Order: sequence, then C-alpha cells, then structure tokens
Amino acid sequence: MADILKRNKALSVNPLKASQPIGGSLATLGFNRSIPMLHGSQGCTAFAKVFFVRHFREPIPLQSTAMDLGSSVMGADENVREGIKTIAEKSRPALITILTTGLAETQGCDVHRNVREFREANPEFADVAVVAVNTPDFTGSVETGFAATVTEIIRALVPDAKETGTYPGKRKRQVNVLVSYMLTPGDLEALRDIFEQFHLRPVFVPDLSDSLDGCLTDEDFSPVTIGGTPLSEMATLGDALATIVIGPSLAKAAELLEEKTGVRTYSFDHLYGLKANDALMCALTEISGKDVPERIERQRSQCQDAMLDTHFMLGQLRIAIAADADLLNAFVDLVQEMGAEVVAAVTSCNVPLLARIPLATIKIGDLEDMENIGKANNVQLVIGNSHAVDTAERLGTPILRAGFPLYDIIGGYQKTWIGYRGTRQTLFDLANLVINYSHEEIPVYRSIYAQKPASELTEFNSSKTLSCH
Amino acid sequence: MKSTKDIAELLDEPACEHNKKEKSGCAKPKPGASAGGCAFDGAQIALLPIADVAHIVHGPIACAGSSWDNRGTRSSGADLYRIGMTTDLTEQDIIMGRSEKRLFHAIKQAIETYAPPAVFIYNTCVPALVGDDINAVCKSAEERWGVPVVPIDSAGFYGTKNLGNRIAGDAMVKYVIGTRDPDPLPLNTENSGIKVHDVNLVGEYNIAGEFWHVLPLLDELGLRVLCTLSGDARFREVQTMHKAEVNMMVCSKAMVNVARKLQQQYGTPWFEGSFYGITDTSQALRDFAKALNDEDLTKRTEALILREEKRVRKELEPWKVRLKGKRVLLFTGGVKSWSVISALQDLGMVVVATGTKKSTEEDKARIRELMGEDTVMIDDGSPRALLKIVHDYKADILIAGGRNMYTALKAKVPFLDINQEREFGYEGYQGMLELVRQLALTIESPVWEAVRAPAPWKIKSPLPPFAKGGNAMEEVSYG
Repeated sequence: MADILKRNKALSVNPLKASQPIGGSLATLGFNRSIPMLHGSQGCTAFAKVFFVRHFREPIPLQSTAMDLGSSVMGADENVREGIKTIAEKSRPALITILTTGLAETQGCDVHRNVREFREANPEFADVAVVAVNTPDFTGSVETGFAATVTEIIRALVPDAKETGTYPGKRKRQVNVLVSYMLTPGDLEALRDIFEQFHLRPVFVPDLSDSLDGCLTDEDFSPVTIGGTPLSEMATLGDALATIVIGPSLAKAAELLEEKTGVRTYSFDHLYGLKANDALMCALTEISGKDVPERIERQRSQCQDAMLDTHFMLGQLRIAIAADADLLNAFVDLVQEMGAEVVAAVTSCNVPLLARIPLATIKIGDLEDMENIGKANNVQLVIGNSHAVDTAERLGTPILRAGFPLYDIIGGYQKTWIGYRGTRQTLFDLANLVINYSHEEIPVYRSIYAQKPASELTEFNSSKTLSCH
Repeated sequence: MKSTKDIAELLDEPACEHNKKEKSGCAKPKPGASAGGCAFDGAQIALLPIADVAHIVHGPIACAGSSWDNRGTRSSGADLYRIGMTTDLTEQDIIMGRSEKRLFHAIKQAIETYAPPAVFIYNTCVPALVGDDINAVCKSAEERWGVPVVPIDSAGFYGTKNLGNRIAGDAMVKYVIGTRDPDPLPLNTENSGIKVHDVNLVGEYNIAGEFWHVLPLLDELGLRVLCTLSGDARFREVQTMHKAEVNMMVCSKAMVNVARKLQQQYGTPWFEGSFYGITDTSQALRDFAKALNDEDLTKRTEALILREEKRVRKELEPWKVRLKGKRVLLFTGGVKSWSVISALQDLGMVVVATGTKKSTEEDKARIRELMGEDTVMIDDGSPRALLKIVHDYKADILIAGGRNMYTALKAKVPFLDINQEREFGYEGYQGMLELVRQLALTIESPVWEAVRAPAPWKIKSPLPPFAKGGNAMEEVSYG
C-alpha cells in the first residue's frame, strides 16, 4: 500500500542504517560458544565491536581476517583460512561465522570455497562449525544481514528430516521460535515466560536473552559467547511441534526450516499491540491444546485498560518513526491501533515488507530525511535510536528510544516491548513523553482592557516575544 | 589509492624513536587474533574534532554507520562535526563505477546545505580498491564550488590507527596549514603589558572538554593558541598553524609528523609534553617558557605554577589519604604511559605494571626512569593476559581504554577509562581533582563486595538469618 520514496541524495546525512556485517554478527552472538569473524580490514571489526559494546555494555567476541594492503590487492584466501584456524586453535568455539564486508566482496572473495578448503586441510577441527555468509555493507542493512546469517546457519546446521528421521511433534512440548533482530533480550525473556505458561518449551533461534542479557557469571573472561542457543538444539528443530517466526525479515529462514523439517510455521510480523498478541495467544492455544492462562488474560485486560488511559494522549498524535522495516512496521501497527498518525516514516533499505505497511509513503533514507519530513508535517513525537536524539531536539519533540544502537541510556537492550505487558509499558512510556514534554497549549491572550497589575504587564510582554510556539 | 611507497614513507618517521625498531604501522596483523582499528579509524579520530568542517566518509555504510556521533570530544561552538555524512555507496555505485560521481555531488550537497568553511573527504577501503581518484574529485569540486575540499586518503587496509593519524596529519600539512595568516590580536588583549606568543598544540583532542582546564592558564601567561590539532579547532585556525613560535606535541607521537614537518618547512621548534598530572602540567608550562626564551614569561610561569600547585595540592590532600598505596595496572594503548604514571605517583599510588605496546623506545626509557628497572611492561593486551596480571600483582584497579572496561567489570575488577571515549576530563591541575574523584569512586565503591560475595544461601552458616528475630535486611551480610 505504501508509496516507497527511494533515495535521491548523493550524500547520506546522519545515517540511520547499520551495516549487514553488524546484523550478521548480532545473529551469531545468539548462539552458544560462538564468535563472528568479519572478512575485511581490522577497522570493520573494531567499529562493529564499539557499536555493540556501546549498546549492550558487555564484552563482545568478534574477530577479523585483518586484510591489509597486500591481501586486499593480491587476494585474501589465506587470511580466511588462517583466521578460522587461529580461532579454532585458541578458543575451540562451537561456531565461527565468516561474514564478508564490502572490501572483501569488492575484491572478489569466495568465502564458501575458503571454508571448504579449510575443512579439507584441517580435519582436526571437524567439531567446530563454520558458516560463511555474504553480508557486504554496500547493500542491505542490519536487518538483512541478521536474516541472511540465521538462514545460512539453519542451512548448515539443521539436518534434513529425510536423512536423520526427525519428525514434527516427536518432542511434544517443543516450539521453535525464529526471532528477528528487533526482539531484545528483554523481549525474549518475556516471550519465554509466555510459552512456559502454555507448558511449551521454546527454542529461540538465535537466543540473545541467554548471551547478551547482561549477566554476571563466575567466569572471568571468555573469548566466545557464554550462552545463546546451543548448537545441539539445532538438530532437534525437526522434532518440534511447530515453528513460530517473528519478523517478516525471517520469512526466507522460516521457509527453509520448514522445507528441511516439515514442521509447520506460524508467522507473525511482530508482537506489538493488542491485536498481534491476541494472534499469538490463538496460535499457542492451538499448538499446546491449552486455554489461555488466567494470568495472561489478566495482563490482556490490563493492557486494554492502559489503551483507554493513554488514548487521550496518543490519539491523533503526529509521530515520526525511523527504523529498519520490521521494527517500523511494528511501531506503525502499535500507534495506529491507538489512533495516532505516522506522519514521517523513514527506513534504511528497500525490502518487500515496506509495500504492505499501511502508510501513504515511506522514505528510504537517513535521519536528515526524517527531520525534514517531520518538520514539514509538524511532528509531535519521534521514535528512533540514540542517533535520533539530536534530531528530535532540533524538531523540538520528545523521543522514544528504540532500535539500534541505544548508547545514551543504560539498559536499553533489556527493555521489554512485546506481549500485553510490554505493550502496556510502551503505551505508558509514550503517553508520559506526551504529558511531560509536548503540550500544545492555547496561546495566552490578554484583553487590551485588562485591569491586571502593572508589574505583570512587562512580564507578559517579554514572555510573549520569547515563546514563539 | 596510496601506493606501497607512499605508505612506507608515512611509516618512516625520523622524529619517532620507534622508527629504528619494529614499526607499529606495518606490523602485520594476524587474522583471527587481531585487535584495534584501521587507518580510516585513526584518520577520522584525529580530525573529526575540527568542529566546523563537513566530514564526509566516502564508502559503503559500515565505515560511517558504526562510527559517527562519537561524543568524546567537545566544541565550544560550531557543531557540524556531530552531523554524520557519508556517500553510503551501493552495489550499483561500485559495479557501474559511479562512486566518484556520487562523491562529487555529495560535496555539492554538503556545501549547499551546511555552508562549511571546508570539506574533508575520508577515503575508505572499497573506493580505494576500485580506484576512485579522490584527489582529482576533491580538486575539481574545490574549483567548482569555491570551498576548500581536502582529500584524506585513509583506506582501512593501508594499516593501523596509528598510520591513520599520520595520514591525517600529513593531509593537514599538505593542504591546509599555511593557507592563511593569523588574525591580529583582539583589541582588548593588546595592551595588557605582556608579550603574547603564538603556539600550537598537536594531538590535543579536548576529550570531555578537558583542555578547558588548561587553556585559561595559557591565556593568563599570554600564550595564544593558534590551533589545537584538533580539539575544539576550526578550519581557519588549522590554516594558521605555520605561524606559531613553538609547537607542543601533546601526550602522543601519533601526529609527530606534523611537528616534524612544521619544523622542516617553517623552522618551528617543538617539544613533547603532557597535561596529565601536576608534575607534567607544570613541566609543559615551563617548556613553553624555555622554548620561547622570554625572561618575563619564565618569571610569570613560575609564579603561576607555584600558585596552582599550592592550591591543587591542598585540595588533593584528603583524597591522597584515601588513595595512597593503592595498586594500579595501567594499560593505556596510545596515550603516553609515562605521563599517567607520574600523575598516579603524585597521588602516592603504586603502578605495578604498564602497557607499552604502542610506546616508543623513548617512552619506555622514561617509564623505567619513573618506575625502576624491574618494572613490568605489558605487550600482550589480550583480556586474559591483563586479568592475569591484575591477579598476580594484586592490582586494586585497572586503568585502560574503554574497550577493556567490560573485561574488568566482568572479572569484578575496579576500572577507570582513560581513552578518547571517556566522559570525564583529567587534564591540568583542575583535572587531577576529577581524576582522584573518579579513582576513589570506583575503588571505594560498595558494589565490589556485593558482586564478589556468593549468595547468602550458598554460605553454610550455623544459624538461619531470621533465627535471631532481628531486621532481616541487616542479617544478610556479604562479608
């Protein structure tokens, strides 16, 4: 439905987009004892590391093939093989992903061949899974890089049902849950709780709530992830009752999983707002054969109550959103359900989902675009990442921080957005921003015949010239 | 793209003691076991603080997308440097050879939207590899739009951050410095009765505004800072750097090529110093006076040092009692280890070991001078190695760059951030007070005990906590 306005500027100003290798790394970090290695120059890895450290405030395992002048010009096959071997020797991880950058792809690398060569030359590391993914940063975004990496990990690590004899429902309580980058560790924790209330056992792919949830362990230091989906679980996905996939960006990954295992897929765009969560409850009832638990029903009515309380603040509110497609779509649904209007929607790159987001136009661009469109449409509230804080300040609006990266607040990664409870809290947060910051008051008018004391008169005149809105 | 010869020339830095030994710029990084940034990273860090310039990163999104809006450095006014700009190259640009054209139009867009006094173009890996001639694009854009457009050819694969610093410095000397003469002195400062000397500071980044602890002192002494390269700098200030009477290399040899070339081309003497710690701050002020050979200035400098040292030492007294004897592991990476060591020794703290990976031979000699011959120098900066030294030498705190913060915290070790991402300023006499406050804040924090002790139900105790009928909260002890 939406009219998609493509990029029409030579210069991207205040970029919204984060790169594909960032997304690929994030996906990898959701697997236990894993480490991503970016195939590029050292800076590619250093920048990605800083990006994650600022967001999660955690140490982040991330390596580099360290391409230099020689290997950039003459070929970097050896860098890939040597890098895998070094990591395998030093830390014996369960999974290494090789994620290509723009540099490696421009040079013409073939990482898949490099991995085969490594396998042939180093049979002693057969227990270390190595998955190569093409994630150049000159195309796509964090969302597509994440999705591509999840897809390739499924392709490499989930066995075909025909070969291993897995069959749907062999594990009577297990549900596979493919989750897009937009679900935070806090979201996954809440989601696990919902599943368990239906007596189901969710296997998240990937599971950032077990690896990047800000947990203090007994171990001093680990060169690989501590926590995340154990690779052994990948072999059991074929025995699950069902697969639930959250986020349209994972459609291809879900399709591949169903093709390999025959396990039925239930797809959800997101879990923001009443309607989306109602759909999830219906599916869980169907899968588990159990009624919706009372506690969840209570949470649903709390959520409805919050909708009533907050609709005064959110109704007709003019909102600008800058986010990758999955998250943009989720917020559009959430705020439209409350009667707000999305007057500026900006996203990082073109994906099929955009066309069906119920908005008149969506701009593919940067935060400068959001600023300009927002200004033209008299926006009242901004939803975006920490980069958009300055934008909101210039627009004179409050901002709800969401997405990647969140570096100017503590614990942003842990916020729960989903479920009835997460929805309720998000509505409260939005309404509070409106109450505290964005009143549109009636301009004061004082009669020319007024008998107010003279001392007030000068005060009134000076304040009149000061406040322009 | 720079040739191997260009890069070799940049790596050959006669003013750097390190030059004769292993060159940090060309040490081959090991795939799968490398840490640290790239040349683009280094070039951008070195120049981004020039606040009124439009900084355009020419490349696909990863280079700028993950790095813009890093807020360590502060500006007193202009804030264009906070606006992230990139050509955000697409696959089509690269395949169809449209990236030069996009860059040209990007420069136009930046000039038309923001009217900057100059545009800096940072070249990155992909355009360098496909052979974009950014020098030519910059030249023709400059001719076409009438605004200086400076190429900074800093593809990541050229080498390390350190090399990037040099590339940045080199570009300033080549294209910017010497293109304008300094303004006359402001009217109200002319007749104050003291002779005003023009100076530069190279490698001063005004992290968290810390240079503003020092600048008032320089003003008081009649030292006009033509430019700090690059903290709180403006393009028009960089242009005038050739007219200084003396240059100070602050705390790092990263851009030592600038000082050396200014000496070569304009005969400006330079000295190296630091504003970390009382001793070094005083030394830096004395070195200015010495280099400028002005008797009156020397006299006034000594008087100022006397006054400031007296003031700050008095204010430090209560803190020194609290920090005395605390053991520090210092791992600073690029920042001069010796300068921080003397700051910590001023406080009566014990530096048990220090990182020297990026230190020059001269640095190491100074460290030995300060800490004795047997001092532990750390080359391996891996988290595991650092933690081992923390434990082996019973360090009370790790002082290091932000990248190591979570290494320390996860191991439940107190930590102080010393690199360019930090949020507090430690320079000058006044900065020492902030440093001690931050040191005490983490070392003395009650959280260490709370996070190190096991949960109370994991400790075998003869009586359950509630048996005595007291306040349940008070019964739980983490001792």
